[in-house]
Amino acid sequence: MAESQAPAAPGAPEKAGPNHGMRIFLIWIVLALVADLLIWFLWYPHLPPGRMTESARHQQFDIAVLGLAAAPVMLFVWTYFGYTLINWRHRDGDDDDGPPLFGHTGIQASWIAGTAVIVLAAFVFGTVELIVPDGAGAGEGPNPVWKPSGSNVLQVQVIGQQWQFTYRYPQFGGMETTQLLLPDNRPIAFHVTSLDVIHSFWAYQLGVKADANPGVDNVAYTTTRQLGGFTVRCSELCGIWHGAMFNSGQVVTPAAFQAWATTTEAVQRRQGVLAALPPYALAYDPTVVPQLGKVYAKLGITGAAGFYYPPSDPVTP
Amino acid sequence: MSLPARIATLLVAFAAVVAGAVFIVLHYLGSSLAVVNYSPEASAGVVNVVMQEDPQNTVSSEPDWVSYFIQDPNTKAWVHTTLFQVPSNTRVNMTILGYDGCTPLRNNFWSKVQGTIGGGMTVQQFKTVGKPLGQPRRYSVLNSWSNCTVGHTFAIPSLHVFVPMASPNTALFNSSACGTSPCTSGPHAVIKFSFMTPKTTGTFRWQCFVPCGGGFLDGNGGPMQTLGFMMGNMEVSA
Repeated sequence: MAESQAPAAPGAPEKAGPNHGMRIFLIWIVLALVADLLIWFLWYPHLPPGRMTESARHQQFDIAVLGLAAAPVMLFVWTYFGYTLINWRHRDGDDDDGPPLFGHTGIQASWIAGTAVIVLAAFVFGTVELIVPDGAGAGEGPNPVWKPSGSNVLQVQVIGQQWQFTYRYPQFGGMETTQLLLPDNRPIAFHVTSLDVIHSFWAYQLGVKADANPGVDNVAYTTTRQLGGFTVRCSELCGIWHGAMFNSGQVVTPAAFQAWATTTEAVQRRQGVLAALPPYALAYDPTVVPQLGKVYAKLGITGAAGFYYPPSDPVTP
Repeated sequence: MSLPARIATLLVAFAAVVAGAVFIVLHYLGSSLAVVNYSPEASAGVVNVVMQEDPQNTVSSEPDWVSYFIQDPNTKAWVHTTLFQVPSNTRVNMTILGYDGCTPLRNNFWSKVQGTIGGGMTVQQFKTVGKPLGQPRRYSVLNSWSNCTVGHTFAIPSLHVFVPMASPNTALFNSSACGTSPCTSGPHAVIKFSFMTPKTTGTFRWQCFVPCGGGFLDGNGGPMQTLGFMMGNMEVSA
């Protein structure tokens, strides 16, 4: 391990070796500074999921901050590893043992203190970044803890069914569409539910992701900040066409959204679509269709015909 | 065990594994679904596609599964498949014969006809083949919850085409439903609508939105998850 040197003559002053610790520190500090500058100025602006919504912006910021913190740690490991390979590798003719190692209280205390600070800082940072953007675009369940302030929140219900998402707008007569249109600069509350199996609503560029469970109202919040298109995908394996369960959406100007929503509501009201839909609710039991009872009794329909297939009809394979 | 016996056993076991693998591959390839090609039939930017949906299918190993059939444009024979090919940028005139009875839609939003040319569809009820029941009616919404009206749906989600399939007259269906597939008699509804294929080629999946897989959890298994029954592909060619 030690460099091959001739033993010093008795009485001669011992030749001081290079300060390896300082060398490693200097190499590391330069590399870490360069890496963090690159991350902040070059990588950060292009990180996913972008800046389309408040939750997306926070997620992008979070990834950048974690990158800033992780890069020096990773570079320290690499620097130490490389320095060791170059300076302390085995050389021909060097059969000496390495120098004995002893404990170093200062290093041990610094290591424990440093890692504790990093972990606690990550805990505080993560908690703040969950609270400030109203849950960070994640599903908070039926009783969300972090909600946007104000009364201007647009309610959008996301309904999953094998294999299509549809969207209801309770503030516009409960109209339902296959398109997801949102106004810019407005807080949005997504109420995510399912009519059959478990799906997951993932609006990637919006930084929103929430599981769609049957019979459950899973609420996620975000605030739109940019115009443009985004994609919606199901991120929970939900059957043979799970991979095809995606569609696109748009964030448009408030005026364009208002025009689209009022027109769609009027058309659906005129066509009888609104009358055909069940009253808006936070979750649905699709096996209960009260309107059908009298109709089917009148028609004399019994058995499976005309009804939903129950879970065990006639047998569950 | 002697050396020759051990070698012979090894060879027999190896041959059995190879034979099994070959059988599985050939069985899989041999059971691939036919694609009914409508592209050669297109004329002046229009092509007519004819299908039917049945309450059962007696031509497969799953006779109690509901199923779509597609008519071969040349022979007029019904093919047990859900794959068909049409040209791009073409008006598809769909005619679907609905032989299956009603089941309420899980999401009644699918009662609304969407993505068709003119925004609607035409339904003509028949007592049996060749015997119409009343006049054809045009619908933009066929409410599956207000009456026993919808059996299945035909939907191509990526093209925003969603059409509810009318079910036959309930009383007639209860007394004389078609019992052998493909259906050639019995009460049925003839549903007609049109849509445009995209200008680009590709594969566009289509499906039914009524959970109609009887015998499976909430009706979501079996024919709902199997090509050749209640879902398929529309191949759009150049």
